[in-house]
Amino acid sequence: MSGLQAQGLNLRIGETPILKDVSLDIAPGQILGLVGESGSGKSMTALAVMQLLPGGSICDGTVSLDGDDLTTLTEAQMCDRRGCDVSMIFQEPMTALNPVQTIGFQIAETVTIHGGSRAEGAARARDLLARVGLAQIPLDRYPHELSGGQRQRVCIALAIALHPKLLIADEPTTALDVTTQAQILDLLKQIVTEEGMAMLFITHDLAVVAGLADEVAVMKDGAVVEHGPTAQLFARMQHPYTRALFAASRHQPQRQIQAAPQPLLTIQNATRTYRLPRPHLFAKPDALEAVSDVSFSLHRGESLGLVGGSGCGKSTLTRAILGLEPLQGGKIQLDGQSISPDMPPDVRGRMQVVFQDPYGSFNPRHRVRRILTEPFHLQGSPTGLEARIAEALTSVGLSPQDADKFPHAFSGGQRQRIAIARALITRPDLIVLDEAVSALDVSVRAQVLDLLADLQGQLKLSYLFISHDLTVVRAITDRVLVMAAGKIVEEGPTERVFADPQHSYTRALLAAAPKLPEAAA
Amino acid sequence: MIRYAASRLLSLVLSLVAASVVIFALVEVVPGDPAAFMLGLNASPETVAALRAELGLSGSVVSRYLGWIGGMVQGDFGTSYTYRVPVSELILQRIWVSVPLAGYALILSTVIALPIGILSAARRGRPVDYGIMGFTQLGIAVPNFWFAMLLVLLFAITLQLVPAGGFPGWEAGFWAGMTALTLPAIALALPQASILARVMRSALIETLGQDYMRTARAKGLSEGQAICRHGLRNALIPVLTIIGLQFSFLLAGAIIIENVFFLPGLGRLIFQGITQRDLIVVESVTMLLVFAVITVTFLVDIAYAAVDPRLRRR
Repeated sequence: MSGLQAQGLNLRIGETPILKDVSLDIAPGQILGLVGESGSGKSMTALAVMQLLPGGSICDGTVSLDGDDLTTLTEAQMCDRRGCDVSMIFQEPMTALNPVQTIGFQIAETVTIHGGSRAEGAARARDLLARVGLAQIPLDRYPHELSGGQRQRVCIALAIALHPKLLIADEPTTALDVTTQAQILDLLKQIVTEEGMAMLFITHDLAVVAGLADEVAVMKDGAVVEHGPTAQLFARMQHPYTRALFAASRHQPQRQIQAAPQPLLTIQNATRTYRLPRPHLFAKPDALEAVSDVSFSLHRGESLGLVGGSGCGKSTLTRAILGLEPLQGGKIQLDGQSISPDMPPDVRGRMQVVFQDPYGSFNPRHRVRRILTEPFHLQGSPTGLEARIAEALTSVGLSPQDADKFPHAFSGGQRQRIAIARALITRPDLIVLDEAVSALDVSVRAQVLDLLADLQGQLKLSYLFISHDLTVVRAITDRVLVMAAGKIVEEGPTERVFADPQHSYTRALLAAAPKLPEAAA
Repeated sequence: MIRYAASRLLSLVLSLVAASVVIFALVEVVPGDPAAFMLGLNASPETVAALRAELGLSGSVVSRYLGWIGGMVQGDFGTSYTYRVPVSELILQRIWVSVPLAGYALILSTVIALPIGILSAARRGRPVDYGIMGFTQLGIAVPNFWFAMLLVLLFAITLQLVPAGGFPGWEAGFWAGMTALTLPAIALALPQASILARVMRSALIETLGQDYMRTARAKGLSEGQAICRHGLRNALIPVLTIIGLQFSFLLAGAIIIENVFFLPGLGRLIFQGITQRDLIVVESVTMLLVFAVITVTFLVDIAYAAVDPRLRRR
């Protein structure tokens, strides 16, 4: 038997069952997409195949690669197999490479650790960089000198250095923007076909596997609930969980459009420049124009999307709109009052923000009550504070008793609800949602999008929705701005922009976005 | 890299200038006139004034400051008020005790601390780790002068392996000198090694959780190889910081240990200078110590850049 056969994998960590009877089969040259939400056991399946499980795990079942059972090997024998017969690439290209060693060394290490000489390693590293499309990058570069997409290519290079029989890719494109994602997926597909290796591709994104995998397995709570050839699986969707996942991925919240004619937020010729380090000690510092001459307005009750690739200036623009950083030119006004880092607290209170990471954006030592009332530190606590806390928590679907809990008592989706409650408590006019649903699982994301749509209807809120995820922007916004290289390159009603993009950048962005197949009956 | 070194060097010079101004100003405002102190209570004002002129204590503040700096740059640290010998001579004698002692203690502490810190991190949460952490806790808690006395009781008095104190001078031979410095160096190294081992351990444990360690394991490195090849160098930055601080501390902060072992070191020189109002000695030794600390900081900065390419701006 060639390729990978995993049979009846059961995994427990302590008393907690993690995997239940997971069986997978991948032939050489084939891609198996393993799809599921966080905590479904996808990554643990990969680590079980690699025999890199965390301490205290008890695993049974067999993992056979070209007929050899990996579970019977000693750790020393397994070290010889890893990187040689089976290798893995990970989600976070920014941190997956050692920052203090050159990329050439790190690619060559795969060769040298398995008995190759330094000269062979260096020569192979050179070939591999060319293979992954980085022929122009010298081997003595350090990871911090490369972009995210380039680093992921380096990770692929070091994983395929010894022509492994199996390549495991754990969410390899989740941290990349859509155009880079499309390029990396193409590269992976090409490598798998040309080298005839089997690939286990792990992702939470149904649309990505739809366009890439030969077969798909859907995981839920440690078990594979549905498994089959991609087209067939999407056409039949026999398990209710697969259908639910599919529906949540393309969820469109019910929204009533109620944009008022008068603008709430106006941005006129906003320009933000950063000073770069001096080229040498006595030279004039260079300047980088991160946002150049951007103008737009956001109406009361409107939901406006801002999309663009990483480094396009959308985060810089967001910080300026929030009044966290000064502009070097132009002005920003909220309802006629100007926005700057030294604006009065009551203006600041009219605008709130929800960030991406529901885990990192709360102080873990503060109770929910303190987290929610933090915005009042600017303005002084209003009367009826308890009622305000209860109101904010109730409006996001939590209970007033939750105010006395700590953030770790909540799931990711509930934390994002707390973040929204914190934004609502000052009764703002505008909420800036900075990738607010990007870190959530699709089913939770659908619920949070519904919540945002409801709140907008009830409270006449305006949203500025910043995201790299085009599906979400399409679902929740009335109008969309496309940003590239610090400028707004296209602006228009969301449906018009998505259906008939005018600018070449918008067209490229839409073409690169992975698409779900049409819904089955 | 050269730009980085140049910018660190510039900040080194600026820090030295600032430190010299502060030291000079502090000594200026300290009460007590050295000339009056030297001549005793019965001296006539004329004699005091003459001595002040001789010692270079008259004239404007600015001219005295410039004279002091100018002299130091040429190696002339002035003349000690109490010993009536050039300060540079006094410093030179003492420096040959203090610098080897500090270096000896630092090498001991590093050689002990790094391996046990690494071992502790690699076996984290297991009995070896708990044992090492317990010992280092003790090493920090025990006062080093008390530990020094225990060492003297055991090795000098009971076993009679080394002298109980004093320094024969390097003229008596390299080994005689090193033998005299061994117990003080051990006493100094114990708390330093304990701190350094804990820093090494926690820095390494932090790097063990990083994504690149997982990448290294997936490439086929064993756990030990991954720690040595990828973990260690990333964990070195905090360790280098502590080593730099420890050298500076050992140079001047060894005064208690110098007293326990009757060693003629810089710490005792400055202490005597203060009690005898020998301001020129105090000023010069302090300035020298500041120079040493700033130089060590500079070297640590350069070491950072050697370890971490992100700090070398192209």
